Amino acid sequence: MNDAATLVRIETKETPDLPAAPGAILMRNLNFHYGKVHALKDVTMTVPANAVTAIIGPSGCGKSTLLRTINRIYELYPEQQATGEIIIDDRNVLDRRYPLADLRRLVGMVFQKPTPFPSSIRANVAFALSYYERLSKSELNDRVEDALRQAALWDEVKDKLNHSALSLSGGQQQRLCIARAIAVKPEILLLDEATSALDPISTAKIEELIHELSERFTIMIVTHNMQQAARVSRRTAFFHLGELIEFGKTSDIFTNPREQRTKDYITGRFG
Amino acid sequence: MQQTREHTLKAFDQDLERLRALISQMGGLAEHAIGEAMRCLVERDLDGAEGVIKDDKKLDALEVETERRAVQLIALRAPMAEDLRDVVAALKISGVVERIGDYAKNIAKRVPLLENAGKIEPLSLLPEMARIATGMVHDVLDAFIERDAEAAYRVCQRDDAVDDFYDSIFRALLTHMMENPQSIGQATHLLFVAKNLERVGDHATNIAEMVYYAATGQHMTDRPGKSPK
Repeated sequence: MNDAATLVRIETKETPDLPAAPGAILMRNLNFHYGKVHALKDVTMTVPANAVTAIIGPSGCGKSTLLRTINRIYELYPEQQATGEIIIDDRNVLDRRYPLADLRRLVGMVFQKPTPFPSSIRANVAFALSYYERLSKSELNDRVEDALRQAALWDEVKDKLNHSALSLSGGQQQRLCIARAIAVKPEILLLDEATSALDPISTAKIEELIHELSERFTIMIVTHNMQQAARVSRRTAFFHLGELIEFGKTSDIFTNPREQRTKDYITGRFG
Repeated sequence: MQQTREHTLKAFDQDLERLRALISQMGGLAEHAIGEAMRCLVERDLDGAEGVIKDDKKLDALEVETERRAVQLIALRAPMAEDLRDVVAALKISGVVERIGDYAKNIAKRVPLLENAGKIEPLSLLPEMARIATGMVHDVLDAFIERDAEAAYRVCQRDDAVDDFYDSIFRALLTHMMENPQSIGQATHLLFVAKNLERVGDHATNIAEMVYYAATGQHMTDRPGKSPK
């Protein structure tokens, strides 16, 4: 899918209704509160499908909150509240009537620290699959293999699927978490600082993986590493104090940003 | 247009300053070399011309130093946005300034070959042409140091004057050659000198375009209002 088809809408507060590609994320007037703290302020943006979109900004700018809002993790905490709309495949996923289980299947998430379950490698990937689908044992094995292959981990673990996931290296554990997330065939993958605890080689493997997966998934990455945002994303959004300051092609943001705050941040003049 | 805020990492500012200082130093040398070569041509100062040729090595060394520092800065500081555009501009500008130095050397090399140049009338036009061309180089490098896109734009507009000089010297030399066939060799050398100076003006224009892009992120051809060329 090319840029024109996946469309790219930027920055304006007025977002006319657009026919979005499957897996595209349309956010409209999105606000988020942690109690009295206004963490996202009237965010309106369209994240294109089948591409990587990077979210950058200083600590506390709302970038992780944005990801947490998309899959409604915040609902675990009663004082946290999101208003506005997040439309995926023509439905507002913030609507309480939208079943959380469906949303979690649609939107996979991977965190900074690898979070494998303390069980076998196979069980880690099979867990959610068994929850969502009734599969025969051989079907299940096929799907596990498929997910591990997509996560570029299969060759390293195929002979020890019954070993504990905790025996894997950090980079492998993170790829296992990606395999687990994509096993249930989501449309969207959210990565929150997914490589910041990894060494450069593991990071490069994950970045290559992100690049490959972007053909099939809508990927959003939150990162403090601007070089990483520049390397892996097609579009970059800069947030500051809960506001979307600038959103555009990654190549433009890093060579010729329009907003002074974006310039200051990416050139290291902030604060 | 000038970038006022400092980097959180002070050493980054120092690296960028050092790069600018190198370009400034190169510009000063190139400007002086052209002026000196022209003086030697007019005054037939053979020793002076020899000095201009020798001094060109300094410019070559500074270009190498600029490249080394720019590559190092890109590798170690990962500059972005205007910083990145600045570093790339410095890298390109140093190459162009070095080339301007080569023109000065080229002019100096012709000094011993122009024994009777004083009798060729268009010679008197060359110093003024050189003054305008080196003035452009001076001002455009100032514009780079100051990140002043509009000053760079104004430098471009002066290139027409250099071109006009070249055209009139070209015609005058041609006429001279027709009338004095015995001086064709000498006059041809002067024609090359004029051509070198005309190229200096062109290079100053090229630098102006680099400065404009570095300062604004836009190409001069996309400048609001009329393009100089």
